[in-house]
Amino acid sequence: MRYFGLIWAALYRKPVRSFLTLASLFVAFLLFGLLQSVSVAFSEGPDLDGVDRLIIAPKYSIIDQLPLNYSRQILQVKGVEVLSHQTWFGGTFRNGRSFFPRFPIQPETFMDIYPELVLPQDQRQAFINTRTGVIIGRSLAQKFNLKVGDKLPLTATIWENKDKGPWEFDLVGIYDIPGEEVSDAQLFINYNYFDEYRLRGTGLVGKFIVRIDNPDRAAEVALEIDTLFANSSNETKTSTEKAYNQMFANQVGDIGFIMTSILSAVFFTILLLTGNTMAQGIRERIPELAILKTLGFSNVSVLLIVMSESILMVLIGCVPGLFAASAILPGLAVSVSFLAGVEMSAFVFAQGMVLAVLLGLIVGTPPALRALRLNIVDALGEHQ
Amino acid sequence: MDQPLIDVSNVSKTYSRGKMDVPVLQELNIQIEEGDFIALMGPSGSGKTTLLNLIGGLDKPSAGSVTIGGQRIDQLSQGELAKWRSKNVGFVFQFYNLLPVLTALKNVELPLLLTGFSRSERKKRALAALAVVGLADRAGHRPRELSGGQEQRVAIARALVSDPSLLVCDEPTGDLDRATADEILDLLQVLNREYGKTILMVTHDPKAADHASHCVYLDKGQLIQESPK
Ligand SMILES: Nc1ncnc2c1ncn2[C@@H]1O[C@H](COP(=O)(O)OP(=O)(O)O)[C@@H](O)[C@H]1O
Ligand SMILES: [Mg+2]
Repeated sequence: MRYFGLIWAALYRKPVRSFLTLASLFVAFLLFGLLQSVSVAFSEGPDLDGVDRLIIAPKYSIIDQLPLNYSRQILQVKGVEVLSHQTWFGGTFRNGRSFFPRFPIQPETFMDIYPELVLPQDQRQAFINTRTGVIIGRSLAQKFNLKVGDKLPLTATIWENKDKGPWEFDLVGIYDIPGEEVSDAQLFINYNYFDEYRLRGTGLVGKFIVRIDNPDRAAEVALEIDTLFANSSNETKTSTEKAYNQMFANQVGDIGFIMTSILSAVFFTILLLTGNTMAQGIRERIPELAILKTLGFSNVSVLLIVMSESILMVLIGCVPGLFAASAILPGLAVSVSFLAGVEMSAFVFAQGMVLAVLLGLIVGTPPALRALRLNIVDALGEHQ
Repeated sequence: MDQPLIDVSNVSKTYSRGKMDVPVLQELNIQIEEGDFIALMGPSGSGKTTLLNLIGGLDKPSAGSVTIGGQRIDQLSQGELAKWRSKNVGFVFQFYNLLPVLTALKNVELPLLLTGFSRSERKKRALAALAVVGLADRAGHRPRELSGGQEQRVAIARALVSDPSLLVCDEPTGDLDRATADEILDLLQVLNREYGKTILMVTHDPKAADHASHCVYLDKGQLIQESPK
């Protein structure tokens, strides 16, 4: 682009002012990258909601744990057919370049309760028999180019193992979830191995899942289960899978809403700030723009020059901000284990770029229009 | 010569300021031959800048015609006029000629951005123009690193760079001391005599008459005297 030198030079006009504007844009897009990544990561995941499945979760917080030995009592409740459980593993895969949920589960019962997970008979058997075995959904296998027989190392973020080293698993199966529009981007780990080898928390699970014989009795069964553990140190909250998903979605929705609110406030401030900078900048440059027009630059080229300056300015703040966010996220995940493995996806990056261009357009429009309409004779006359 | 380079015929110009009409030029006629160096003089507010703007294609007359090199520029659209200016006229003003963020070289190069020249060709031509005004060694300086006289020279180089036949200058020495002003006038004279540029210069400087080939006096929107030298 021929005018690039001209556009670029505009940033040097008031170096301090440009620097301050860029710094605030940098911070805004850094925040965007962080918050949006967290938001996106938590809004993913499957939404299977069988009417005959109940979720038994810790009453007060989804990050609490329940004792595995609850299972005996739960199985004695009338109407409960099968019981399984799952636990949040966290961890990071390949230096944390991708976020997907990982759960230690009890293979036999879990696959019984979730017939939606389809995998060949031999792989199913291998998962049950292999202590270090894991299975993953087809979309992940394709994304990471993994095949059955591969080693699959994970770095611990919540559950250290007894050797305080990486967890190493063997990929023994790849499952599909046919016919449903739910994500298969999950990894399942054999619970027994996980439980024996972990340093702390032995005998705890994240939540139980049970299948009941009659969905019409769901409320009754749920009440009976919760009553079993009322007043214990680990009270439970039992709900249908659908209700549980709804609750989880609401919590995620709350997170999303808070993040969107923060981001809106940040960007509104940025809009005013950058808009003001641009407006001020253009006022000082009226004679210069008049000179450009005198030399034969068309009204439209002057408009484009001013508009490009605005977009360039926002992009220069945005790109390092987004990169900084993606660099910081893994570190953040170490100190906040619940965020383990959350990383910035290309999607969030693209969102940031689109936002930057939009911001540049909005902020650039008033000065660009002013430049377009600028009358040479008036502009030079006022200053001559 | 059969046809003058500049033919301003029955030109009137009225500005409207709010509801008031401000008549500035009335049925003015002036013809300027190719190769002339005209000093346009007159009291402040007499309409010199207005006339210059009409001839340079920065503004259009309210009535009458402005013909330059055989072309009626008062009939061109804004866009056409912009294109016409870039090819046919070089401008030098009293103030604000240069973009402060660009080096002298880049300032001189500006008009060439509108041409099809390659980057290296643009640079070559801009350097050549700077050499004509004696500032080849200041190519990398920014305006604030130059003296007032040097700034005007850079502006003149920029006016020259696309090789227009006409230069219009509005009080180019108005802000300069005597010695520097004389240097600028000498330079314009060289451009007129040796490079064949037709120059129309607004000035208050009585000594400008020594350099110009004609002086024209404007008062209250009328040409009151045209004095061949
Ligand atoms: N853009 C404009 N709008 C309204 N009035 C103007 C404008 N430009 C000039 N004038 C008026 O026209 C008259 C002549 O101005 P100008 O041509 O600049 O005179 P000079 O250059 O001889 O000092 C002045 O009275 C001035 O106020
Ligand atoms: Mg004037």
